[in-house]
Amino acid sequence: MLKINQIDKTFNAGTVNEKAALRGLSLHIKEGEFVTVIGGNGAGKSTLLNAVAGVWAVDRGTITIGSVDVTHLAEHKRAKYIGRVFQDPMMGTAATMQIDENLALAMRRGKPRTLRVGIGKAEREEYREMLKILDLGLEDRLTSKVGLLSGGQRQALTLLMATLQKPKLLLLDEHTAALDPKTAAKVLDATERIVGRDHLTTLMITHNMKDAITHGDRLIMMFNGRIVVDVAGEEKKRLTVPQLLELFEKASGSDEADDTLLLS
Amino acid sequence: MMGFIGALPGAVSQGLIWGIMAIGVYITYKILDIADLTVDGSFCTGGAVFVVLFGAGTNLWAALLAALLAGMLAGLVTGFLHTACGIPAILAGILTQLGLWSVNLAIMGMKANVAINVIDQANLNRLLVSLRFVQGVAKGDYPATRHPILVVGLFTAAIIAVLYWFFGTELGASLRATGANPHMARAQGINTSVGKVLGLMLSNGLVALSGALLSQYQSFADSSMGKGAIVIGLAAVIIGEVLFSRIFRNFALKLLAVSIGAIIYYAVIQAVVSLSGIDTNYLKLISAAIVAIFLAVPYWKDRYFTQRTQRGGRPNA
Repeated sequence: MLKINQIDKTFNAGTVNEKAALRGLSLHIKEGEFVTVIGGNGAGKSTLLNAVAGVWAVDRGTITIGSVDVTHLAEHKRAKYIGRVFQDPMMGTAATMQIDENLALAMRRGKPRTLRVGIGKAEREEYREMLKILDLGLEDRLTSKVGLLSGGQRQALTLLMATLQKPKLLLLDEHTAALDPKTAAKVLDATERIVGRDHLTTLMITHNMKDAITHGDRLIMMFNGRIVVDVAGEEKKRLTVPQLLELFEKASGSDEADDTLLLS
Repeated sequence: MMGFIGALPGAVSQGLIWGIMAIGVYITYKILDIADLTVDGSFCTGGAVFVVLFGAGTNLWAALLAALLAGMLAGLVTGFLHTACGIPAILAGILTQLGLWSVNLAIMGMKANVAINVIDQANLNRLLVSLRFVQGVAKGDYPATRHPILVVGLFTAAIIAVLYWFFGTELGASLRATGANPHMARAQGINTSVGKVLGLMLSNGLVALSGALLSQYQSFADSSMGKGAIVIGLAAVIIGEVLFSRIFRNFALKLLAVSIGAIIYYAVIQAVVSLSGIDTNYLKLISAAIVAIFLAVPYWKDRYFTQRTQRGGRPNA
């Protein structure tokens, strides 16, 4: 489904702030696979997701989604294939627009925006039903401005928007990191339900090693712009946090994992 | 005092005309979150195109349409500079505005102003709005239906209706999303560059239309007629918001509030002029000061109000 071949990305090339964020990274993900991504600060996790989403162009390498080479496709064009939830709850929704208006925008992802009416009546009823899966009572607040919602509610709504038009690929960039533990669990729960229901191919960054182990069916760990650990299947299911740390030390040849991963 | 009341119908008419420009400013400033300074140039472009075409005998509606299109073209240039050339929106607007100064003079045949011949009664009667109709209706020379307040009022209502429809469509909603949150817009497959360019075109089209109406009203176009237009537009937007934001929640009513804001602005200016006898050359300074204060108040309120609660904490916080 997703084929990333030898991509490089360097920020601020040629300056003192030069940072090689991705170094010849390759990753193949099968259709329907749920991959969790962990790694310390600056490992390149978000950079990887942004590269796939097309926030900027990569310096080298290719990215293919399904049979489409998206390497040179603009961000808004790739959106046709990709659903995204960001770390910042403010980033995924339009605060000054209503809940139903936000959903209607998401419903038209990948389709031309015409002069037809923005939200149909039947559509609104459909959204009311869909919001129920989040279990947050948002189905009764369709015409509320999204700015009035809490961070958790906004994140859950963004998740629903990302999956409204079944995406070929779902990108979750630490989407529960900014939430309190209880809300985070709720959003993660909704994620599991939706991904399971639609068999979505998913790439989820998390800072929580336990979450990375319990969720998904494959786990990759990044270090210095490369993938250093890649486990799947039974091996991943049996994985424990201490084992994961050990794997990381071996692969990266560094024991800084303890601070950067456990503390974050 | 009598002078002020006598000038009121004229001030309201003129306020309504500037209100159309302010609605254009609302589209960029409030919906797209861009401070677009193209306005100061495109306002005059509209006036110049209209006066020249009308003077050459073109049909009034065709001349108005041409003014609208000329304004949209100006918006397209700013949009191109901003999205395709990566120039910050404010600077892109300033560049277009500066360039338009020459363009506007060229349209007017390198003259600083061009008049519409309103001494010729037949020519005057071809106009949609004119200062002379205000007096004419008062004297009974013209039917009340030709009063500029009514005519421009209907014009405004039609524009609000069209914008209300447009911003409710899929395309209009994508423009609102572009302004509200460009990250989200792109993630939902919206081309934010196209959204910005479209918004700038729509905005400057309305601004030019307003310029065309004003040049009709005063029966001439002048190369400096748009100077400070952006400030008047912002003043109208802010006055409308301060006075009506609590009661007007519907989008159409918000646009109406902008139009009323422009009328209030003009009535206040008229009052200042006729009651205090101040030199009208100081008007721009007064306008700038008023708008600066209105823009600063929300910031001050936010800053000092939150600091106080952080330090002491309100008893019922």
